Amino acid sequence: MNVTDHTRGIPFGGAALEIEHLSKQFGGTYALNDVSLHVARGEVHGLLGSNGSGKSTLIKVLAGFHTPEPGASIRLYDQSLPLPVSGVKARAMGLAFVHQHLGLIGSLSVTENLFLNKLATEDGWGLNWNALHREASDIFSRFDLAINPRVEVAQLSPVQQALLAIVRAYEELRHASEDHADRPGVLVLDEPTPFLPRAGVEQLFRLVRQCTNLGASVIFVSHDVDEVREITDRATILRDGHLIDTLETAHTSHEGFVEPIIGRHLEDYGGHAKSLNDAQTRVRVTDLAGPGVGPLSFDIAKGEILGLTGLIGSGCDEVPALTYGARAAGAGTIELDGETRPLAQMTPEEALDWGMAYLPADRLGAAGVGSLPVADNTAMPVFDRLRKGLGLTARAIEQHAHGLGARAGVKPNVPTLPLEALSGGNAQKALMAKWLQIEPRVLLLDEPTQGVDVGARQQLWDALDRAAEGGACILVGSTDYDQLAQICHRVLIFARGQIVAELSGAELTQETIAEHCYRSTTELA
Amino acid sequence: MDQNNYEDRVAALEQRIRDLENQTAQHNATPRESWKSWAEKYGLVVAWIVIILVLGTFKPAQMFAWNSYATMFGSNAMVVVLTLALIIPLTTGDFDLSVAGTMGLSSMVIAVLNVKLGLPIPGAIVIALLTGALVGAINAFFIIYFGVFSLIVTLGTGYFISGMILWIADSGTVAGVSMGLVKAVILTRFLGIPVGFYYALILTVAIWYLFQYTALGRRMLFVGRGREVARLSGVNVTRMRTGALIASSTLAAFAGVLYTGMRGVADPSSALAFLLPAFAAAFLGSTAIYPGRFNAPGAFVAVYFLSTGIMGLNFLGVDSFVQNLFYGGGLVIAVAISQLIRGRKSMDG
Repeated sequence: MNVTDHTRGIPFGGAALEIEHLSKQFGGTYALNDVSLHVARGEVHGLLGSNGSGKSTLIKVLAGFHTPEPGASIRLYDQSLPLPVSGVKARAMGLAFVHQHLGLIGSLSVTENLFLNKLATEDGWGLNWNALHREASDIFSRFDLAINPRVEVAQLSPVQQALLAIVRAYEELRHASEDHADRPGVLVLDEPTPFLPRAGVEQLFRLVRQCTNLGASVIFVSHDVDEVREITDRATILRDGHLIDTLETAHTSHEGFVEPIIGRHLEDYGGHAKSLNDAQTRVRVTDLAGPGVGPLSFDIAKGEILGLTGLIGSGCDEVPALTYGARAAGAGTIELDGETRPLAQMTPEEALDWGMAYLPADRLGAAGVGSLPVADNTAMPVFDRLRKGLGLTARAIEQHAHGLGARAGVKPNVPTLPLEALSGGNAQKALMAKWLQIEPRVLLLDEPTQGVDVGARQQLWDALDRAAEGGACILVGSTDYDQLAQICHRVLIFARGQIVAELSGAELTQETIAEHCYRSTTELA
Repeated sequence: MDQNNYEDRVAALEQRIRDLENQTAQHNATPRESWKSWAEKYGLVVAWIVIILVLGTFKPAQMFAWNSYATMFGSNAMVVVLTLALIIPLTTGDFDLSVAGTMGLSSMVIAVLNVKLGLPIPGAIVIALLTGALVGAINAFFIIYFGVFSLIVTLGTGYFISGMILWIADSGTVAGVSMGLVKAVILTRFLGIPVGFYYALILTVAIWYLFQYTALGRRMLFVGRGREVARLSGVNVTRMRTGALIASSTLAAFAGVLYTGMRGVADPSSALAFLLPAFAAAFLGSTAIYPGRFNAPGAFVAVYFLSTGIMGLNFLGVDSFVQNLFYGGGLVIAVAISQLIRGRKSMDG
């Protein structure tokens, strides 16, 4: 047995989950190639990798969605798990999953969701709801969570929903290990954090540690290197289906993680704030007000990338949509190149016509149509320009999209694929290219790199830089402080719908942004 | 020496096998995929030919006679137009269940204006088409302004219209519509087929062009598949949906013109029976030619596929209930197939 060094003082009594020689082929290419991975008892084990690295395939094999190639073996607490994995069997042996979509039913109560499995299999007719609610409260109080079991899940905040899903998975494990206390179980958290605010992530991490303190092991799948560094004991990095390395978190730097993920040295992008040589104001937003936001005013210089950030509910994410007319603003004006228009009457049609473009965060709900080809999605703003002779042909659209995709680095660059077939990063590259091709004077972005891998992030940032150098004004609403520190010239911090601080120059670092975000709420409270 | 010779031959054979394997691998890599998509596109056309051949083995004299098809093409022209009317709002994401009612209303408006009030046919047609446009505007008002689900609104307006028809018709059939209209729809023939068919054909080509070769058509698809995406990309979604609903009702009114011309009479109820055939053809058509999208050539083929089947079964002496079986079953199977196409597409990705 390999003896694992541990960092959190948890006694590792050997391996909880042992995966040996796991491979998975899709049409001749290996999505996973001979991966062997051991997760120790009581450990939080990170699983890192960019899109297409094989980490989601690995999770899907564990969850029983994919059948691995012959020759693999998976052992849970020294008991062999028959392959392909059967979901029921795996759960009984102590393997539970929380996927990003959480698997909660919004219209049902917290209690109903918490005991969903039990309710689905219960034979008895009568349900004692009071007893169930009480049981749910007991469980929550054991984890120091303030969740009311009687409310509808849809009314919980995203953080509470994530916490509920994790508690439910943990309870399933506990239930499964009732008869054999030596097998506390392995909890797989598949990217639970990208849509949570920073404070929520901390709450979630607290819950994860409570689970490991009770003996369970946790596999934490994430894009976010900082989160992995914060919560895990060890982390395994996958790239192109190969296991690159398993690292001791405490002895590994940020770069130590990022470099094996992308397989090359990360360009030293930030760390120093960018500055504009000749800052002439091009956009001036005055007295913008909307639901929960403002009135506030700001301006953007020619070629400037302006970041907007704050904690959840601060209103920073509303500003790009309100400026574009995607949501109706109550009041305010916008001045662009000397011309002023009222924001209350702004519509997307008018904004676009005026040289503004908006890329919303909801990639397949608001930014692009998943079921339509990449070609149609990217060529949409220039349909009129592509018309030749008899009309707009599918060929003209596809050729145009192919050129656009090649320049943006979309992989695979097959314009006839439906947009939903692309990974998050590549879909975002395509959708960013959709707007950059019309050379907007103002580009408004909402969480442009959410759920995007490190490599694609870099390409998206480069594209933004080029657009800014061309004179565009870029507004980025984001809660990714690291991203803001690296790409922005200036960052405005929001709290309670107001701008409370402005950072630029030497002040503009990930740490100062975070500090201002948290400080602003406590000051206002 | 023998030994060497033998090994050489084995090596040469092995090389051949490898070459052959490579060739077949290359051959299989793409063409299989394109074979699949070919089958998807033209499967309905092939099925059409197959049912002609199968039914033809039983009733060759009738099934292989051009005259049967000429008549069938002509007498189903208004179903084609009604199906085209449906696929426009279906593409922008709205149902229009009032099309059959609108067709009946238009038919009755022409008959009443022409026969009872003595208005010349051209004027009566214009008024009928305007009535259709008005129905579309009313549908759009309730669907878009009040945000009521289109299925409910048009279910209601369709039923409302059927009442209106009975009212203006005094609950009876109106016969004696001007022969000018009958001539312009069914009595004039080209290649043996009544000219009504060519009106439907021209409309099919026009809508095929609109959907496939214009920016407007592509934007309509975005409105239907991702309303928010279209809105944020600067498309005036309200105008698009309103336009689609008005176009749908106006085309349905035109189907009513053909229907009246075909029979020279207007009755208050028979048009309503065309709702299901039109829906069946719209969905069946969406599985062919441009699979996964409502499209005009697919709709055209689907209408004649279904009516060929019914014609053949009639020749075999099957009772008229077979129509209902055919159209009803056709609709459900078509939707099931289109679901399969869509589902598989997303899984492939």
